[in-house]
Parts: sequence; C-alpha cells; structure tokens
Amino acid sequence: MSEPKEDSNERLRALSLAVREHIIRMSTDGGCFIGASLSCADLLVHLYSRVLRISKDALDDPNRDYLLLSKGHDVPALYGTLAELGFIERARLGAHLKTHDSVYWHPNRAVPGIEFHSGSLGHLLSVGIGIALDIRLRGGKNRVFVVVGDGELDEGSMWEAMLVANSQSLDNLVVVVDRNQFQANVRTEELVPLEPLDQKLAAFGFAVTMVNGHDFDALGSAFGSLPHVRGKPTAIIAETVRGKGLPSIEARADRWFVNFTHKEVEMLLAELHGTAKAELSSETLMVR
Amino acid sequence: MQTYEQFLAERARTDQGLVVMTAENRAVIRNLPAALGPRFIDVGICEQTMIGVAAGMALRGRTPIAHALATFLTMRAFEFIRTDVGIPGLPVTLVGGVPGFLSEANGPTHQALEDIALMRGVPGMQVFCPADREELLIGMQAVLDSRRPTYVRYAAPEPAVAHREPFVIGKAETIADGHDVSILVYGFLLAEAERARAELSSRGISVRLVNMRMPKPVDEATIVAAARETKMMVTIEDHFLTGGLHSIVAEVLLKHRRSARVLPIAMEERWFKPALLADVLSYEGFTGPMLADRIEKAFRE
Repeated sequence: MSEPKEDSNERLRALSLAVREHIIRMSTDGGCFIGASLSCADLLVHLYSRVLRISKDALDDPNRDYLLLSKGHDVPALYGTLAELGFIERARLGAHLKTHDSVYWHPNRAVPGIEFHSGSLGHLLSVGIGIALDIRLRGGKNRVFVVVGDGELDEGSMWEAMLVANSQSLDNLVVVVDRNQFQANVRTEELVPLEPLDQKLAAFGFAVTMVNGHDFDALGSAFGSLPHVRGKPTAIIAETVRGKGLPSIEARADRWFVNFTHKEVEMLLAELHGTAKAELSSETLMVR
Repeated sequence: MQTYEQFLAERARTDQGLVVMTAENRAVIRNLPAALGPRFIDVGICEQTMIGVAAGMALRGRTPIAHALATFLTMRAFEFIRTDVGIPGLPVTLVGGVPGFLSEANGPTHQALEDIALMRGVPGMQVFCPADREELLIGMQAVLDSRRPTYVRYAAPEPAVAHREPFVIGKAETIADGHDVSILVYGFLLAEAERARAELSSRGISVRLVNMRMPKPVDEATIVAAARETKMMVTIEDHFLTGGLHSIVAEVLLKHRRSARVLPIAMEERWFKPALLADVLSYEGFTGPMLADRIEKAFRE
C-alpha cells in the first residue's frame, strides 16, 4: 500500500476550499449538517492527503488504513473529500438526498471509500477496535482512524470502548476528536462539560495530543509519527471551529442543520471566497 | 458427545476465521482461552462494545461468536446488534446464556423473556433455540455454515428426546405425530412437552409434538399443517406471550388465511417467580404433568 503524497499546504488549502464549496452546495434542496461538516473539512483533507495509506484503485486492500466517521452527520465533508480525491465522481454529489443514489445525511457503504455506516452516535469506536484487533491478529501494519465528535463523547459507549481499547493496548488505533465545542444545539461546556478532555482521555489510557485542526503544519506534526506511545492507543484532539470558513455560521449554536435557499447558497459561496458577507434568513435549528 | 466448548475448539482448528468473544461470561467456554489464544477475546462487562468489535472483525472476514447473558446481550446491546450487525447483515453469531426460565433465581433483571421478540425483529437475523446439547451442536454447525447473523438462545441439557431429523435452517422437527392436539415448543421445554405428550397419550389424547428449533426463519408449512390436521394447537414457551412463538403462529396462520384453536402457554404480562429451575417449573405450571393437565382441560372444553 503506497504512502500518501507529500502535497504542499497550498494544495491542501485548495482542496479544503473545494470541499467547503461542496458542503455549501449540499446545504440546500433538503439541506445538511453544515456546521459540523465545515469543522472537520481540513482534518479529513489532511488525513486523506497526507496520512492514510489507501488507494482509490484498491479499496478492498486488506493492508489499507481505515478511516471511520463515527459522528456521521458531518459526512458532507467526507463526500466532498472523496469527490476531490477521485474516489467518487464529483457529479455524484448532485445526487445528494436523491433516491437514485445513496448520498444521504449519514455515511453508508454504497459510497466507495466509506468503510462503514454511522449515524447513531457512539458506535464506530467499538467497530474500529474490532478492525484494529483483527489487523493485529494478522500481523498487519495498517492503522485505524476513528473520527468522533466532541458531543458524541456524551455517549457511555464511547468510554466503554476506550476502556476496551486500553485493555487491548491497541496502538494501531487513533481516535480523532473534532473538538468544535458544540453538541447539536448547545455548547458542550454549557450542557455536559467535557473538560479537562485531554486529562480524561489520558486517564483512560490514551496517548493524547492536542492540535489546531485547521493548521496543516500542526496536523502534520500531530499525525506525523504514530503511535505516539508504543502499546497505547492514540487520541488526537483537533481544536476546530464549527462552521469554519463562513463567518455567518462560525460558532453559532443555531446553525447545526440548515436547509438554505439557492440564493443563500450563492451568498455563502461568495462569503467563503471573501467577497461578500451572506445575509441568511432560512430557519435554523431544524430537527433531523 | 462433545461439549459446547470442545465443539468450538474443534471448529476453530479448521475455520481460521472463527473468533470467540465474551462480555466476561466464561461459564460454558472457560477452557477456550488456552485453546484459542488470541482468537479468544474477552472485552469485559461491555456488551455494546463487544458487538461493535464483533462487527469490525466480521468486516475483516472473521466469523465472531459473541457470548453474554441473554438479557444483557439482546437488550443492553440491542441497538448495536440492530445497527452494526443487522444493517450490513454481518456473519456474527450471538449466543445468549441462561435465557428464559434458565436464569432461575436471579430475578427479573436476568429474565430474558423478550429475546426472541427482539432478535426476530431485526431484518435478516436468524433465531435458533436448541432444546439440548445434541441439537445445540448440530444447529451451531448449520448456523456457522450459513454465514448469516444469528441469535442462539443457549441451552445444553442432556438430550431431551431422540432427534429424528437432520438440522436444516428454517425447518421444524416433528418428534411425534398425532391428530387431536399439536404441541409447538422450543428450547429445553421440549423435554417437559414430551412428558406432557406421553401423559396425554395415556389419557387417550393423540398429540403431535413439534420442535420449533428455529423461530426464524420459521417453518410455515409445519405450522399450517398442524392447524389443518389437528383439532387444537398449543404453544409452549418460556417467553412473554408478546412477540414469541404464539405471535409467530398467529402471524403465519393469518398470512395463510387459516383460523385455528390455539392454547398459548407463556408468561403473560409478568415475570416469573425467581427460584431454582424445578421449582420455577412447578410454580409456573410448566412441568410435564401440569402441562398435560392444562392442555387436557382446554381440549375437553
């Protein structure tokens, strides 16, 4: 399995911009979970471009690295990344929410490059442990990355799975927390506080690193040499901004799931490119 | 005859993909850590995580057999079973220990009386309820060969009856033929049902005894034939009345547009009195002679 290319930061920034455009375009005609998708866009672009040993031409290679998106509602970021890197046709994103394809609000395996479905929070860390255990049983060198939400850490099954990962000394497992500070509708620290999160994860047996989830150099260091401690699972807490790239949406609790008008989408695309500020009037805080 | 764990150890020697998992419930597989080495995985008292891990291993081509007490396996981990095993239809075998009356004196927390209702509600999930050790072992062989998600309602007492028919997925086993009453039963209660059949026979009532070893996929033809060819049907189960064999029979008969006189013997809207098994059976009216009395009374009404 080939090592990923060492793309320049400039190239990664261009990829991220393109992924964000895809996310914005998926936020109409039914909408999507835009805030969480934008917070992890840089993370996914970095992982797919510089970290994961995978090839779009060998999706079933047993020696590939695995990425599991446990907080599945941010899947537009993954769809966008897979489209930009050639795993799926860009045109397929136009089928978002349509019955003739399987590009819907949560991940599923009908989309090439997606390893497992999610949507119910708190599941894929345990699935990732199963994959990592099997890799170790077979003497493989591949790694398993599980991207989890910070709000998802409310689920008891996450902590149960962390106990098990520690008990198995799974150092081929990397938990990546998209620490965008929000649950669905409320700041995590105002509802069920997670801090000190790094200490909690360390106490559960993880080697913990915190990183700016939008800084490609910092991400390069954090993911540069894994595992961080031999015999321990790794946790990387990526500090991110929900809605990153769109000031009208950034860090606003009510911009979780949104179904924008086409006009608003055009304004948001302009805002993404820094040419104008969007004026948004669509209902926010929709229940999905 | 092999024990359950001897069977698993032997199967594991030829099937390199087999892994045995448990949520710290080793009673019937206590010697497997030594026999299987790293292919024995005990996750601790973490039923949900065990199912997620089993799904992950199945994605990599393994055949996991996951053990926990039936009540915690099918309820604590239900959503993981439905979502991580059921949706992709992964070949994970779920083995639920001490189901139904077999939880004896543990009390209602441990009484799996809805496990069949829950597991058969998962699309694609097979449900296997062995009556004794012989049937458990031949059924496990078929279940593992099927490579389909399956719930096994574990029971391994000494053989209840002489099994007459080969184990086929989706087929019931007719133990004895008769024309007055058909008794449909599964699990270890087959032994009590056989005692009831012999007793009824001595009282001049001809009984067909059917071992419904697989509630799903269910043997519809055998149920319809019992409705057509006998005067009364009886379902016997250590399960809530809702969602178990009685419900299955009702669904099948409705589907085939048949009506029948059916006596359900099950736990109706309550848990059973916790006690040692023999005392549970007496208290709840499930011993062979008590079943015979209940059936004769209904039949002669």
